[in-house]
Amino acid sequence: MRGWRTLGILVGAVVLLLFPLVLEQYKLYLASLTLVYLILAIGLNLTLGYAGQISLAHAGFMSFGAYAVAILVPLGVPFEGGLVVGVVIAFLWGLVLGFPALKVKHHYLAMVTLGFNIIVFLVLRNWESLTGGSFGISGIARPRWGPVRFQSDRAYYYYILGWTVLVVASAHWILHSRWGRAFRSIRENEMRAEVVGVSLRNYKLMAFAIGSAYAGVGGALFAPLLTYIDPGAFTLDRSIQFLMMVVMGGLGRFEGPFLGAVVVTLLPELLRASEGFYLIIFSLAVILMMLFMPKGLVEIWDWMVRKMTRRRHGPAHPPAPPEPAAVLEPK
Amino acid sequence: MTDVFQLLVAGLSIGSIYAMAAIGFVLLWQTSNTINFAQGEFVVLPAFVMVLFLTVFRFPFAAAFVATVIVSTLLLGLLVKKVLVERLLKMGVLPLVIATIGLSMLIRYSLQQFWTPLALPFPAIFSRQPIRVGGVIFSSEEVMNVLSAAIVIGTLQLLIRRTKLGWAMQAVAQNRDLASVLGINVSRLVGVTFMLNAALTAVAAVLIAPVYLVKYDIGIGIGLKAFYAAIIGGFNQIRGALLGGLLVGLVETYSAAYISNQFRDAFALVILIGVLLLKPEGLLGIKEEWA
Repeated sequence: MRGWRTLGILVGAVVLLLFPLVLEQYKLYLASLTLVYLILAIGLNLTLGYAGQISLAHAGFMSFGAYAVAILVPLGVPFEGGLVVGVVIAFLWGLVLGFPALKVKHHYLAMVTLGFNIIVFLVLRNWESLTGGSFGISGIARPRWGPVRFQSDRAYYYYILGWTVLVVASAHWILHSRWGRAFRSIRENEMRAEVVGVSLRNYKLMAFAIGSAYAGVGGALFAPLLTYIDPGAFTLDRSIQFLMMVVMGGLGRFEGPFLGAVVVTLLPELLRASEGFYLIIFSLAVILMMLFMPKGLVEIWDWMVRKMTRRRHGPAHPPAPPEPAAVLEPK
Repeated sequence: MTDVFQLLVAGLSIGSIYAMAAIGFVLLWQTSNTINFAQGEFVVLPAFVMVLFLTVFRFPFAAAFVATVIVSTLLLGLLVKKVLVERLLKMGVLPLVIATIGLSMLIRYSLQQFWTPLALPFPAIFSRQPIRVGGVIFSSEEVMNVLSAAIVIGTLQLLIRRTKLGWAMQAVAQNRDLASVLGINVSRLVGVTFMLNAALTAVAAVLIAPVYLVKYDIGIGIGLKAFYAAIIGGFNQIRGALLGGLLVGLVETYSAAYISNQFRDAFALVILIGVLLLKPEGLLGIKEEWA
């Protein structure tokens, strides 16, 4: 099992590093976009998948990162500075919004966050002096480190890839620290978690705020990728798209966001040949997937992993020898 | 001053339609823990069906209305329950949420693709003759909308308060397992609730269609307003959804007239957020036990 995992990571790394060298411009853009969405999905998976708090404001948090970069970089702030500002704003708003999450149940939180996303959209559209209103901000520069510029699409892809590795590693670290264990214990049984001494209040707030901060990172990387942002990029629809990524990928599973981000970003592209029908096919696919694979695409993934390990080592669990009859008889 | 009264009726008129959608939404949540993200499309589809019966099959109005309610009940009630809900109910809240999001997209884009991306006109149901009371002029269409909604919601209240079916629904809403032990067929009841909801949204559709025109994407707005209404009033109370719907309609109408048309959707949201912060169970809601 461990060997396969290392091999998988190695193959993935080689593909992510080398494949972009041969991709044409549009496909390179899609690859970069998938990475950005992966970062956002990982954040939402922390909030929803591990800590069990639904958020429909992820696109709103994303906009903080995107607009921070778009507004600050022209003022001479380096890209990373803008990113940090955006992430801090997203984190703080995550704390503010996570606060009602302490008091309310699932469906209410869905509504609070949904409302928040719409308010963010309205503010972005109407605060023209800061955000450019519905025209948005164009000509967003890509990052540069002294003489090194990440101006070309390919260079910027590798820049995003670097951040993605950081995000994946930090998420992995969080989930394997006592934080991650606390998040999971909250999701599984709040009362039990509290009884054994997990401070619900702090961890729930943190799960929400950290998830939002990841959205800020994604947003900051998103703005220079398109070099143009407007409020329309951060609507409720986009938040719902992230929710679909996480649930379709597999809630509370580390592999989930990877599968979800790839499928939700690339499936519509593959279906684009069908013209106007692609949204219909996509929505059908969503419904069918929920009906037959409610745990998400990780089910296929697990099945493949099982197959592969079985082929190598023989049946993973040899059939247990029959129990002695005496044990089965009632006393 | 006359403006204030006219806007009051206008706000109540649109609000009572939101209230119907919100009540259906609350009923679904109560009996089956379904957060129906397709509630807006559940209003749009019957509106299209009604246009079909009126303009293509040339039914008289009353017959078209009855046919629309029947089609809606079968399609959005029975079929959705049998195909989607029955299977997903056991899986918890989220898979059903995603499935209804998928369903809303499916209905919206199918209407756009297979029918028309344009707005269809819809015949006025009630005469547009203004009614004069003192110095104030009311639109009779708005008054009739309020009255129709009041009759429908009143009947529904009676059904829930006074009939065996209604008692069974209340029992399931309070404790699903216990209701099942007491011999209530929960699955059938969920089906009945879905059909009731579909009938409600069909009535809402026929009332709102002359106001908004019939277009494939108007469900997004209607669905959101139904959400707001349900939250503001209280997710576990039909009276709550009624109050919420009327409030949303009034706030929207008044703020569009007196403050800013651009932010008209924002004021209802401000109330929403205020309610969530101060009384998260909703204005008339009852605190649910932590589950």
